[in-house]
Amino acid sequence: MLGHEFVSAAAIAASVLFILSLGGLSNQEKAKRAVWYGIVGMAVAVVFTALGPNIGGYWWMLPMMLIGAVIGTYVARKVAMTEMPQLVAALHSFVGLAAVFIGFNADLERRRVLAAQIAERSTEGFSAFAALLAHKTPAELTFLQVEAVLGVFIGAVTFTGSVVAFGKLAGKVDGKPHKLPGGHALNAGAAILSLLLAIAYLNGAGFWTLLLIALLAFFIGYHLIMGIGGADMPVVVSMLNSYSGWAAAAIGFTLSNDLLIVTGALVGSSGAILSYIMCKAMNRNFVSVILGGFGGSKGPAAEIEGEMVATDVGGVASALNDADSVIIVPGYGMAVAQAQNAVSDLTRKLRAAGKEVRFGIHPVAGRLPGHMNVLLAEARVPYDIVMEMDEINDDFAETDVVIVIGSNDIVNPAAQEDPNSPIAGMPVLRVWESKQVFVCKRGQGTGYSGIENPLFFKENTRMLYGDARSSIDSLIPLID
Amino acid sequence: MKIGAPKERARGEARVALTPESASHIQKLGHECLIEAGAGSAAGFDDAAYREAGVEVVESAEALWETADVVIKVREPSEEEADRLHEGQTLISFFWPAQNEEMLERCKARGATVIAMDMVPRISRAQKMDALSSTANIAGYRAVIEAGNQFGRFFTGQVTAAGKVPPAKVLIVGAGVAGLAAIGTATSLGAVVRAFDVRPEVAEQIESMGAEFLFLDFEDSEDGSESGGYAKPSSPEFREKQLALFREQAPEVDIVITTALIPGKPAPKLWLQDMVEAMRPGSVIVDLAAEKGGNCEATVPDERIVTDNGVIVVGYTDFPSRMATQASLLYATNVRHMLTDLTPEKDGTLVHDMEDDVIRGATATHQGEITFPPPPPKVKAIGAAKPKAKEKEPTAEEKKAAEHAAFVAQTKRQVTMLAVGGVLMWLLGLVAPASFMQHFIVFALSCFVGFQVIWNVSHSLHTPLMAVTNAISGIVILGALLQIGSGSWLVGLLAGISVLIASINIVGGFLVTRRMLAMFQKS
Repeated sequence: MLGHEFVSAAAIAASVLFILSLGGLSNQEKAKRAVWYGIVGMAVAVVFTALGPNIGGYWWMLPMMLIGAVIGTYVARKVAMTEMPQLVAALHSFVGLAAVFIGFNADLERRRVLAAQIAERSTEGFSAFAALLAHKTPAELTFLQVEAVLGVFIGAVTFTGSVVAFGKLAGKVDGKPHKLPGGHALNAGAAILSLLLAIAYLNGAGFWTLLLIALLAFFIGYHLIMGIGGADMPVVVSMLNSYSGWAAAAIGFTLSNDLLIVTGALVGSSGAILSYIMCKAMNRNFVSVILGGFGGSKGPAAEIEGEMVATDVGGVASALNDADSVIIVPGYGMAVAQAQNAVSDLTRKLRAAGKEVRFGIHPVAGRLPGHMNVLLAEARVPYDIVMEMDEINDDFAETDVVIVIGSNDIVNPAAQEDPNSPIAGMPVLRVWESKQVFVCKRGQGTGYSGIENPLFFKENTRMLYGDARSSIDSLIPLID
Repeated sequence: MKIGAPKERARGEARVALTPESASHIQKLGHECLIEAGAGSAAGFDDAAYREAGVEVVESAEALWETADVVIKVREPSEEEADRLHEGQTLISFFWPAQNEEMLERCKARGATVIAMDMVPRISRAQKMDALSSTANIAGYRAVIEAGNQFGRFFTGQVTAAGKVPPAKVLIVGAGVAGLAAIGTATSLGAVVRAFDVRPEVAEQIESMGAEFLFLDFEDSEDGSESGGYAKPSSPEFREKQLALFREQAPEVDIVITTALIPGKPAPKLWLQDMVEAMRPGSVIVDLAAEKGGNCEATVPDERIVTDNGVIVVGYTDFPSRMATQASLLYATNVRHMLTDLTPEKDGTLVHDMEDDVIRGATATHQGEITFPPPPPKVKAIGAAKPKAKEKEPTAEEKKAAEHAAFVAQTKRQVTMLAVGGVLMWLLGLVAPASFMQHFIVFALSCFVGFQVIWNVSHSLHTPLMAVTNAISGIVILGALLQIGSGSWLVGLLAGISVLIASINIVGGFLVTRRMLAMFQKS
């Protein structure tokens, strides 16, 4: 058994290590060390807490940890990089569920302690947490109830929200926005009801109120995320990331544990910043993303003139053979078609031929912040030729060939040229400024937002219809 | 119609207005082509080649002038040739009507139509017939080659086993078509090239060719777009500054190529005797303006001279003729395009449309009247460059003031936020117990640290960031650990499940992050 001083020292060490771990992600090389900071921090936190005073229950705790570790290892090994968004969502849901359970436990223990104090029974057989509770003043206990409600509520929203997000990302649930009749009024109603129940709970109502709050929050999480479409997932996933952090922080308050508070706050702010970056990249505000759907357009969209001109693989190959500089703009379609390895082979071949090949990544390309970067890294595309939108946007004008693979809205010139477009003002990759654009696309349909893309009708654009992977695969032998 | 090209009679002229290639195109317009025997031989096209292309070879010049409905030539007609013109005949050639009024009268008197290739207006549509540009392009190229021929050193700098060779320094005066061609040629040979032009808007073109633009700081820099892209005579003050700039360059540069011409005026004297004297022995001056009197005071037209201090001054006026094959090919194509415009139906009949800007602009005499000078074209040569609103350089004080204002605003915002936050904390402190406030301070500070740290995370690492925060948020396991020892079986069960799923989170999150980061690699 370790004393309190050990536990506190461990908590400080772990907090610092977590901060270093997040800070280390500022570049690819430092990041490899940063993960170790995180792992060591977590190990310190868990071991010293587990060995702290009054913990007990090891016969039950250790097997659970072991099983969890085995499952975690298995999942981390097996997951394909295209399935990263699902995995991240699933992991969020676990944090949410754990927060709900711990919140429940806090209330159950509180009741047990109070009952014991009234009956003036001995406090033996209490958990470490209950022992802590026994020393709290009534005011502190009231605050503990507020914190428990918050922890349960946020945790529950995170749980069902993440489960739905997982379903949508894994294709198990239809990616289109769905709402029950009543729409957001239902959510608002559930939230108000939760508030009333919370007040009742604080005034001494039974455990059932807390349970009911959790059920209502489950509903809100489910309904909220069901109403959001597939392409908004980067925002949703970062938001859930943020929520899982706030849930942990709320639990930290409940348990009076500073390490939980610190870590929860770090994760929460990280998710909040990511959501902000994603929203900015789509030029939409957070609320409108969460409430689902695109805002109504302010007038008729500009008529598009011209026609889509199709080309074949030979046409793309001859343009690539003549080009000196090439930029590839991948989108979610590349992930769907699993084309990243083909794209990587193409890149290698073009680079071997002495051409400058770079990638332009829009912040919301894919279904997860940084999704494209991870896919390209998996396919062994060197990260120093993968550029952010702001780094590369001015270079399109001097580029010979741009290949757009499975992206649509993020290269839509209407965002800049047509003030009536639903995506007006969204920053986009200005691919149309280059000499020649090839768009690799399954068919003639519109993108996620359902708006026509004038890029496809531009004079310097050629459409290459078909599955991205087989198109690129058949393109590679033609490059010399 | 019969299109005929006579042999050029002017001394030293090797070019020809019709090539076998252009002939085949002209025939497609429905015309017949004639050529005087031996007209193309100096440019490398023998009579057999013309015959093969379906061109009728005419033995004498008289016969050609007699039969051809359209005579195409390179040089302006001589008096003898002008007298051969007849009613209704069309002559297409360089003509310089502004300097050749007498010849203009003569042609008018003969009732012929004269289309002067040098008068084709400078508009986009007419670029394909802009013979001045194609000629100037050749002259610019050849001027560099000629200079290289006279210059005793390499153009490109080299470090060899036998010692270091500095690159030649080339100064190009006038960045018109010839100047730009010269810049391109000289840079590709490896020389260090500087260029000067009175029109500041060409700076970009000069730099795009790889030369350094010598900037002349002068209030009323002229705007060349008004005069169709050509230079205008400059004011005496400007000229003085310009000469001072050249005087400074003279001792440094090895090769000077001057190309400054003002339409319809003698060439301005820009490279004065003292500059020639300041140059190092062995330096070369190529004066492309020699025909119009030369930009250099030492120039003797048509000759290569060596000055007393050993500077070679080349005043040849026949640069295009020295590359007769190339020059003929380009000129013949320009003429062919002119004929295409004159034969809109491609049926072998000439339609002289005086409403057409290009045809009107190039026509010097038509139907017994002198039509020179033409009215200004309906389409402006170059979209009048909008006068660039000069961005006012903020003075140091203004900058300081702006910085100060931004600083004050930022401070104000931060102080306001702090004050609001402080008040909120105080209100919370009124109701919350002290222990809560301690935790809350930790929470607020952590959020702050989190915001500071996360902004620095690289964009491409956002997915690993999410995975690692996922793993870290598994810290809720601590909560479950604190509760797992409870005597209540329900609490124990819930805590156990929490431990299980939080462990999945921790282990899965960290492992997958490591897997992802290992994939990122540099090229």
